[in-house]
Amino acid sequence: MNKDFRDPELAGGLVKAIRRDINDLGRPVRLMEVCGTHTVAISRSGIRNLLDGVVELRSGPGCPVCVTSQEDIDHMISLAYLPNTTVLTYGDMLRVPGATGTLEEARAAGGDVRVLYSALDGVRAAGAEPSRQFVFLAVGFETTAPGTALAVKEAARRGLDNFTLHPAHKTIPAALRALLAPARSQASTGSGGPPAIEGFILPGHVSAVIGRKAYDFLAADFGLPGVITGFEPVDILLAVRELVRSVMARAGGKRVVNLYPRVVREDGNARAQALTREVLEPCPSAWRGLGTIPDSGLTLREEWRAFNAVKRFAGAGGLQSSLHPALGGSRSRAAGISACRCGDVLRGLIAAPECPLFGRGCTPISPVGPCMVSSEGSCAAHYAHERRRHAR
Amino acid sequence: MKRITLGHGAGGTLTSDLVRQVFLHHFMNPYLEALSDSAVLPPGDGDSATSLAVTTDAFVVTPIFFPGGDIGELAVFGTVNDLAVAGARPAYLTASFIIEEGFAYADLDRVAASMARAARRAGVQVVAGDTKVVERGSCDGLFIVTSGVGRLIPGVSLSSARVLPGDCLVINGAVGQHGAAIMCARQGEDFGTSIRSDCSPLAGVLETLLVELGEGIKWLRDPTRGGLATTVVELAESAGQCVVLEEEAVPIPDDVCGACEMLGLDPLYLANEGKVLIVAAPEATPRLLALLSEAGQDQAAVVGQVATSQGMMGSWGAGAYLRTRLGGTKTLDRLTGHQMPRIC
Repeated sequence: MNKDFRDPELAGGLVKAIRRDINDLGRPVRLMEVCGTHTVAISRSGIRNLLDGVVELRSGPGCPVCVTSQEDIDHMISLAYLPNTTVLTYGDMLRVPGATGTLEEARAAGGDVRVLYSALDGVRAAGAEPSRQFVFLAVGFETTAPGTALAVKEAARRGLDNFTLHPAHKTIPAALRALLAPARSQASTGSGGPPAIEGFILPGHVSAVIGRKAYDFLAADFGLPGVITGFEPVDILLAVRELVRSVMARAGGKRVVNLYPRVVREDGNARAQALTREVLEPCPSAWRGLGTIPDSGLTLREEWRAFNAVKRFAGAGGLQSSLHPALGGSRSRAAGISACRCGDVLRGLIAAPECPLFGRGCTPISPVGPCMVSSEGSCAAHYAHERRRHAR
Repeated sequence: MKRITLGHGAGGTLTSDLVRQVFLHHFMNPYLEALSDSAVLPPGDGDSATSLAVTTDAFVVTPIFFPGGDIGELAVFGTVNDLAVAGARPAYLTASFIIEEGFAYADLDRVAASMARAARRAGVQVVAGDTKVVERGSCDGLFIVTSGVGRLIPGVSLSSARVLPGDCLVINGAVGQHGAAIMCARQGEDFGTSIRSDCSPLAGVLETLLVELGEGIKWLRDPTRGGLATTVVELAESAGQCVVLEEEAVPIPDDVCGACEMLGLDPLYLANEGKVLIVAAPEATPRLLALLSEAGQDQAAVVGQVATSQGMMGSWGAGAYLRTRLGGTKTLDRLTGHQMPRIC
């Protein structure tokens, strides 16, 4: 860890420079941080507070738990009620509400739900108990997809027939395109609508895999600047300054800049990309808030379909609601979800505290929508770090 | 059906609600109501006029042996420290063992030997106990429950009601080590860190401070489960004051920071087992730091303050806040449940 990127003096100088630029521009600027880890870093480090009234930072669709569709979540939870079946998940998914409960509640009711850090740990668990079925919830962006691919190959190499996954990986560039397409048509017809996002803080980890060039369409097709950056306060402030300067510059000069060269290359990580391509292929995917976007998800290629839990368990008739309390019970929480504005938060249309449920019907203790569940969710970050600021 | 989840045991908001809604609801009495680390009971009818402090704690740590300590040491120091932060001199412990069928005899012996060493170091005796063996699968190896009794040090009056604007928050050393050591040990040997638990007794050094500084010490708590951040939230709530923790001032070892980055954890919420948060009057603070340093606690530091209404925090009102390294200010809150590793 390099402490220069947390240096308070350096950061203080950047905040001053940004404020000076905004003063020259004569109006505040609205940017979007795409990645949930940036959302947390911005709230936790106090950057949002330091840029109050100058730069508004809206959270984007880059929190994997938040954008996973309700249908996928209900299916994942129902898996935990299957007999002789272990659900393997990253910790963030445990408390996401489904139709009648969460994975955490399924575990308390006797289901076997285990938290892991790496998909390969799941393969090891399956190898240790060959008579049990193990289903890995393959959630996450381009960052976790190579690990999933590696796990599938390892399970195949070991000849395991009790390891499958629920494929729910998503890809970031497709989501950004979907986010921007309606905004552009709105702008061209001059039909008002919410004020536009003027630039993007692009994710550091995802970019390490896909590379800088993957975002060139932002400038080429939409005339918007983007900056790839890391997660330390100075990284984020450098990106904000770069984006503000880009907004100030005359039209036409917009580009996608890599301010995270210590991790991110032009073309990304070729080995990770190849691994992902070998096992997974693009598919249409349903995003909370954005709807179904073509080629925005990753699913198992035909030759690896034996590892697809959705196909395996659906074929066995294993997911009928009669067998699964999570699918058959009351829909009360799902009804609550309809009042939830996670979708608008994920598209940057409203800030988290503008949702009518924020801090009232929806808190981290009893979250209604996933943006309040995941620690990387915009609502959870606002609630945990900035609640009293909003209350003032 | 509403069920108990692991989050109810994590020491955050869920735990706090559970304790109020179930235990306080049924057991309500003035001693329990304070929900402090130890209950302070009035002197009996005998000749001694000393008040008694009583506490109990259950230890269920996995793994049982970890770098810097083991469950036995923890079971002694955890309970002794709860007595010490109530301003008491620990005297006696009881210990109950719940042992899973199949547990290695030699490991139990090793744990008991470690408890005996820890008890000698803390100046207490284990005077009663109980042994239960349960069927395989009914517990995870070994659980230990200890209760402790101590005598209140004369002249001590620790209370959040005495905490006033201008008071200083002092920590006696670096935070996050115990929690990080346990999390790393769970990752297995190839995780490759050398973080050791800070597991150690506080009674000796706290008695010195209380005797030397008297009323200059206002409030004490050991930031175990939930970490320093949760303890600061509890302080702000029970004192009804605006309490500001300075991120820059909190000593966190580099290896703990590194492990936290890897595992997606916040060191301010990690458990400590040999740390105490001290609220002291500003005029007592320099002497307090000197005494801590003499006791070998050379990483002790002022980590925050109870804000005054004139300062920049004046308009924020009662509550717990963190001033970040960058100078931004954010709310400090309890965790909802466990800290969860993040996806990307």
